[in-house]
Amino acid sequence: MLSISGIDEGYVIDHIQAGRSMDIYKYLKLEKLDCQIAIIKNATSNKMGKKDIIKIQGPMELDLDILGFIDNNITVNIIHGGKIVEKKNLTLPETVTNVIKCKNPRCITSIEQEIPHVFKLTDAATRTYRCIYCEEKFK
Amino acid sequence: MRHLISPLDFSVEETNHLLQLAEDIEKDPKKYSQVCKGKKLATLFYEPSTRTRLSFEAAMLNLGGSVLGFSSADSSSAAKGESVADTIRVISGYADIAAMRHPKEGAPYVASIHSDIPVINAGDGGHQHPTQTLTDLLTIHSLKGRLENLTIGLCGDLKFGRTVHSLINALVRYPGIRFVMISPEELRIPTYIRKEVLEDKNIPYKEVEVLEDVMPELDILYMTRVQRERFFNEEDYIRLKDRYILDTSKMKYAREDMLVLHPLPRVNEISVEVDKDPRAAYFKQAKLGVYARMALIMILLEVDKPC
Repeated sequence: MLSISGIDEGYVIDHIQAGRSMDIYKYLKLEKLDCQIAIIKNATSNKMGKKDIIKIQGPMELDLDILGFIDNNITVNIIHGGKIVEKKNLTLPETVTNVIKCKNPRCITSIEQEIPHVFKLTDAATRTYRCIYCEEKFK
Repeated sequence: MRHLISPLDFSVEETNHLLQLAEDIEKDPKKYSQVCKGKKLATLFYEPSTRTRLSFEAAMLNLGGSVLGFSSADSSSAAKGESVADTIRVISGYADIAAMRHPKEGAPYVASIHSDIPVINAGDGGHQHPTQTLTDLLTIHSLKGRLENLTIGLCGDLKFGRTVHSLINALVRYPGIRFVMISPEELRIPTYIRKEVLEDKNIPYKEVEVLEDVMPELDILYMTRVQRERFFNEEDYIRLKDRYILDTSKMKYAREDMLVLHPLPRVNEISVEVDKDPRAAYFKQAKLGVYARMALIMILLEVDKPC
C-alpha cells in the first residue's frame, strides 16, 4: 500500500468520490499554489469502497465553498500543529462564479466573453443551480 | 432605481398599481400627456421588432417625452463589437430610461447591472418579454374586470411560446385561476412549468388536443403562433402549423363573453373572419400594450405619484 505522511499545517480534503480529485484540484485552482500537494486516488474506504484524498501543506486561505457545490459528502479537515483543529461542514453555496459555464447557446455569455459565469442556487433540495442571465439549469 | 427584466420582478400589488394606472391613462390620456416632458427613452433594439419598438416609442411620445435609439444590431455599436455593458453605460448619459430587445437571453439583465438608468426588457430571445405579459394582464383586467376566478385556455405552441410561460407565471399569483391547455402532444407545456408552477402550487389544469371540446368552458382563449424558427425539421413544422385554426365555426362553441387574445403577429391561426366577432380582443390588446408601457415608464421614472 502506498504511504503518504501527515501534514503539520494545511488542509485534508477527504471522502472525494473516486476519480474526481483532479476536478477539485482544478476548481480550487491548486495549480497556482506554490506548496506541497498530495493527490491520492482510489484510496481504500470503509464507507465508500474507494475514494480520493487531497492533502495541501502550508498555511493559506482557500475558498472551500465550491466543494459543497461539487459534492457535499466531501469532508475538509483543517490541520494546525499536526492536529485537526476544525472539521468544516460543507453547505451548498448560494452562488457559484466562474466555476461552471452556461452551455445555453442562446445565453448572452455565449457571445460576450468578459461576462462572469454566475449560477444561483434556486432549489437546495434538488441541488438546482441556474444561470443568473438566462435561467438555464446547470446539468 | 428599478428595472423590469422578468414579469415577476413586480409584486402582485405593484402589478395591480400598474394596471390601475394604465386603465386611468386609457380613460383620460390628456391628463398624462406631459408627465414625461424633457425625458428621453432609448430604444436599444439589437434585433428588429417593429411592433414592440413602435409601441414603446408611442408610449413615451404620449407622455410628452422623446425617443432615440437603434432598431438593429447592424446600425449600432454592437456591430463594432461593443459589449452590452459598455453600450448601456454610454446610453445612461444620453437618456433617462432604456428599453432593450436582444436576441441573446439575459442581455437586458446584464445591461441593468451596469446601468445608471432604469432598463426595461423588451424581449430577450426565447426567455422573457415582460411588457407582453403586462399587456396580456391589462387586456384581461380591462375587458373582464378581474384577474381572479378565470378559466384560461392556452392554444397552439405551448412548448416554445415564451408569452404563454410568462402569462402562466403571472396569473398563478391570482386566486381561482384554472388553465386548459390545448396543443398537439409535441408542443405541450414544458415539464418544469407543469411541475414547478402548476402542480407545486395546486393550480387546476387540464391538457387536451381538441379545441372545440373545451371552448364552452373558457373565459379567455389565448391563441399562439407555431413559430417556424423553433423547429429543426421543416416537416414537423408543416404538420403542426395548421393544427389549430380559429374560425367562426369554432367560435360558435364559445361563450358570449369569452375573449380571444393573441400576442400578434398572427399567421393563419386566427382566420380573418373572426376579426369582426366582438369577442376578438387581439387588436384592442395591441392598443392596450401602449397604455401598459406608458404606466411602466411612469413607474420606473417615478412620475406616477402626485408630488
